[in-house]
Amino acid sequence: MDLIATALPALGEAFSLILHPEQLGYLFLGVILGLSVGVFPGLGGIAGLSMVLPFLFGMDPVSGLALMVGLIAVIPTSDTFASVLMGIPGSSASQATVLDGFPLAKKGEAARALSAAFASSLFGGLLGAAVLTVFILIARPIVLAFGLPEMLMITVLGLSVVAILAGRVPLKGVAAAGLGLMVGTIGEAGAGGSLRMSTYDVPYLIDGLSLVIVGLGIFAIPEIVGLLRHDRPISSDGGLGAGWATGVRDWWRNKWLSVRCSVIGVIVGVIPGLGGAVVDWIAYGHTVQSTKDKSGFGRGDIRGVIGPESSNNAKEGGGLVPTLIFGIPGSGSMAVFLGGLGLLGYDAGPQLIQYDLDITYTIMWSLAIANVVGAGLCIMLSGPIARLTTIRFTLLAPFLFMMIAFAAFQSRQDLGDLVSLFAVGLLGIFLRRFEWSRPAFLIGFVLSRQTENFTNMAHQVAGAKFQLGLETGFSYIASPIVLVILALTVVSVIVGLRQAKQFLPEGEVGTGTKRAPLVFLLAVTAYLAVAWVDALRIDLVSDKIFPLTISSVTLACCLLLLIQMMRAPEGHGLFADKEQSGEDAHAPHGLWSTLAWFGALLLLSSLLGFILALGIFMLAFFAVRARLRWYMILLYTGAGIGLLCVMAHALNRDFPPGLLQEFVRLPWPLG
Amino acid sequence: MRLISRVRSLAAGAAAIGICAFGAASPATAELDFTGKTVDFVIPFAESGGSAKWANFYAPLLSEALPGKPTVAVKYMPGAGSTKGANWFQKQKYEDGLLIFGSSGSTQFPYMLDDPRVRYEYNDWNVVLASGVGGVVYLPPEIAKKFDGDADDLGDINFIWGSQGATRLDLVPLLAWEMLGMKVEPVFGIKGRGDGRLMFERGEANIDYQTSPAYLKAVVPLVEGGKAVPMMSWGVLDANGDIVRDPTFPDMPTFKEVCEATAACQTSGDAWDAWKAFYIAGFPAQKMVFLPQGAPQEAMDTYQKAFEAILARPDFKELAAAELGIYPQLTGKQAVATLKLGTQVPAKAKSFVKNWLTERYGVKLQ
Repeated sequence: MDLIATALPALGEAFSLILHPEQLGYLFLGVILGLSVGVFPGLGGIAGLSMVLPFLFGMDPVSGLALMVGLIAVIPTSDTFASVLMGIPGSSASQATVLDGFPLAKKGEAARALSAAFASSLFGGLLGAAVLTVFILIARPIVLAFGLPEMLMITVLGLSVVAILAGRVPLKGVAAAGLGLMVGTIGEAGAGGSLRMSTYDVPYLIDGLSLVIVGLGIFAIPEIVGLLRHDRPISSDGGLGAGWATGVRDWWRNKWLSVRCSVIGVIVGVIPGLGGAVVDWIAYGHTVQSTKDKSGFGRGDIRGVIGPESSNNAKEGGGLVPTLIFGIPGSGSMAVFLGGLGLLGYDAGPQLIQYDLDITYTIMWSLAIANVVGAGLCIMLSGPIARLTTIRFTLLAPFLFMMIAFAAFQSRQDLGDLVSLFAVGLLGIFLRRFEWSRPAFLIGFVLSRQTENFTNMAHQVAGAKFQLGLETGFSYIASPIVLVILALTVVSVIVGLRQAKQFLPEGEVGTGTKRAPLVFLLAVTAYLAVAWVDALRIDLVSDKIFPLTISSVTLACCLLLLIQMMRAPEGHGLFADKEQSGEDAHAPHGLWSTLAWFGALLLLSSLLGFILALGIFMLAFFAVRARLRWYMILLYTGAGIGLLCVMAHALNRDFPPGLLQEFVRLPWPLG
Repeated sequence: MRLISRVRSLAAGAAAIGICAFGAASPATAELDFTGKTVDFVIPFAESGGSAKWANFYAPLLSEALPGKPTVAVKYMPGAGSTKGANWFQKQKYEDGLLIFGSSGSTQFPYMLDDPRVRYEYNDWNVVLASGVGGVVYLPPEIAKKFDGDADDLGDINFIWGSQGATRLDLVPLLAWEMLGMKVEPVFGIKGRGDGRLMFERGEANIDYQTSPAYLKAVVPLVEGGKAVPMMSWGVLDANGDIVRDPTFPDMPTFKEVCEATAACQTSGDAWDAWKAFYIAGFPAQKMVFLPQGAPQEAMDTYQKAFEAILARPDFKELAAAELGIYPQLTGKQAVATLKLGTQVPAKAKSFVKNWLTERYGVKLQ
């Protein structure tokens, strides 16, 4: 009762603080900025907040908070556009949305998928805000109950989703996840700083590959190249079937799923140190497991959109809990948010909740209002924007290549970004072609660093606790929370493995001769073997044990696969190959010639800088591949480059420079 | 490519000399005008952490103080423990004064320890501001009972500490504790000192240290709530280069005092010299603002004046106390002197620390 006595007046006070034309105006401004930034893949809260940060100093605190919160709150809403319409994960929080959202768009149901996603986002966002209101007053001990063993277990629970996403041949799925884990270890080790599969001579690799690039390379590039080979719209019959109203009804029918996934989002968001990348996968895994008929998943089941989208907006509300009461940011954008809070004259921490509860609650109100406004705007826009899927894809592809390359470059602002994007994209194309589970690879990659760090650290702390006594040790590593999550993980793996065969994200993939799948398997095995040797050479046990263990297990998987392949006859599911039969085998354009266009864009960028290269690429593409009239060529090229420049200028971003820029100083945006 | 850049740097050098000569001839130095421009304030760190906070504290003030009131935008270039951004800055040549770079102790340490990733040279850069900071070690209340000004009774406790890495700023506390005869097991792999504090709050770690701004904000409430007790501060340097009590924490003993009181610890000899050298590099000279190589005197003057104007603001003390703590913010010659302190350690101290890192933590630096 005491709680309510403190909370209610502050809640009312906060509501009256926010309900002024000026504050609401800033909130709407934030929402509009957030929506515009979030639509572009690779640009998220960090880019948007950095844009407003210079103006915060000296601003009225409530207005400043409304501006920032409005901006953050709607980014997981608007990033859905890219995930559903183009198959490009708009941010790490909506990777799982691609799995079913994009197939829906291909079926001509983009508007339905979008509005279902936005309705789920709205609900998740409101639930997150509501939880924040109550939870922030009592959360401190609960958040502190999540120590290293608990965080490790949550990460392992995230990994267990691999079981159900593994595909027809579970061994291949496990190998894909293992490969993802291994690719995640590239670079400096978290504990001792030893280098893995990299050298100081290639500074780019020291920090490993970034999540944005791996997400784009694994999902977006294979899909875009695949679509581009067929000269037709994303929606296979070129029309728009079910409209946005259907999507909202879909959400209502699955409201309990939405509730469960929102709760998952809030819980994962509340635990500091996990980050958002695992939320959507856990929610997706839960969605698939809790549904009776799984045959539609991965091929356009609306529930596969509702689950992850409910969780990722709810996560923002949950994520504000540790950010505000401990001052520890759960993500990059939360870190910038904390910086902004400081500029407004407030500091996160217990004192904020104790002394400035009304200010804290204006954050919560802003979150709720922003979610309503943002989702409302997006639902209204989803019908018209879904029409993009009825445009001939050849006209869209250059813009997508432009956006992907630009997004990838934002991760490190290094030419290495473009090279690694291409390399990962190539891997993605092969994984898709030979039906190695791409989600499993991505989950492995995303969770690799966390798994390794939490394992090492928990092991070290546990060692010290055991020295204090057996009981202290066990109560540390086998706390009730750990045991509950462990049970969930075991159930998730068993249920997942049983049902994995019903889950075919790539659809029916035909089989062909043995040669191509075998060559790919050998290439993966070779990489793993090299990584194994590389790990063996490291001196520090803390830095070698994880890659050594993972590569050993994955190598074993590969060898088993190899034996199976030698025994199995041609036509067995092991030899899945999209190029041999089905749609891709009969595409009017070849795989390599299509990929070469994108390769040419990246190569030209490294020579001439991005904007000049983009100009040449677009002119050539529209002329040769799309065969447009000259004035249309000029119009499209001009529009694309103009749009990119306006956005980059507003966000104070640079473009990749090339060799030319080393010699000649060119004005922005060319230089 | 290399030839061209050399020609360019020669030209810039010639221009700089020319401008210096001109400047010497006319006492009223020209100032740059940044009206309508954007100054990029690049820091080699991510958006979270102390450097981002520091840069974002100065950016709006700098924007008001520079002639023409340009926008000052903080740009983040994290990677490879800040060496990536520093290597990038090394390749930049002065052009129009619209680029400044903020480095930190984490950038200085790899430089001094001959880390193989370092391709930058502090002597090429032009320092315009140096900011100091302090640090505080704190303990859980039940362990703090055994601490009575000396560490003699702490020797048989197994300490666990969340650390970012032995070659980073965390080297200073690690070496200090070892000198006091304390058994501290660092758990490497946390991402920021905030995570270390969280481990302390969860009871997974039973010792921690924070830089002053973070201590004031996040640990003082813990101390008031009876969940943490301060043990010692690093202190500050006085005019003679001696370590004295930190004015932000006048009631706390310094590490030097604790060391003097502890039987196992000496305030002379190789270990002490090495600790002091790295402490000076890491704390009193922790964060600096640079113009790229080839910056002409007029640009240096413009920035120096701007920073002096910021420091002279009547509300600066109040603003800084909340965000940065009470520590020296130095410009001009004092900043240059601080740069020397912050980037040069005696060869003996260096080799001592390198040996210690290898033997104790298996860290090999070329």
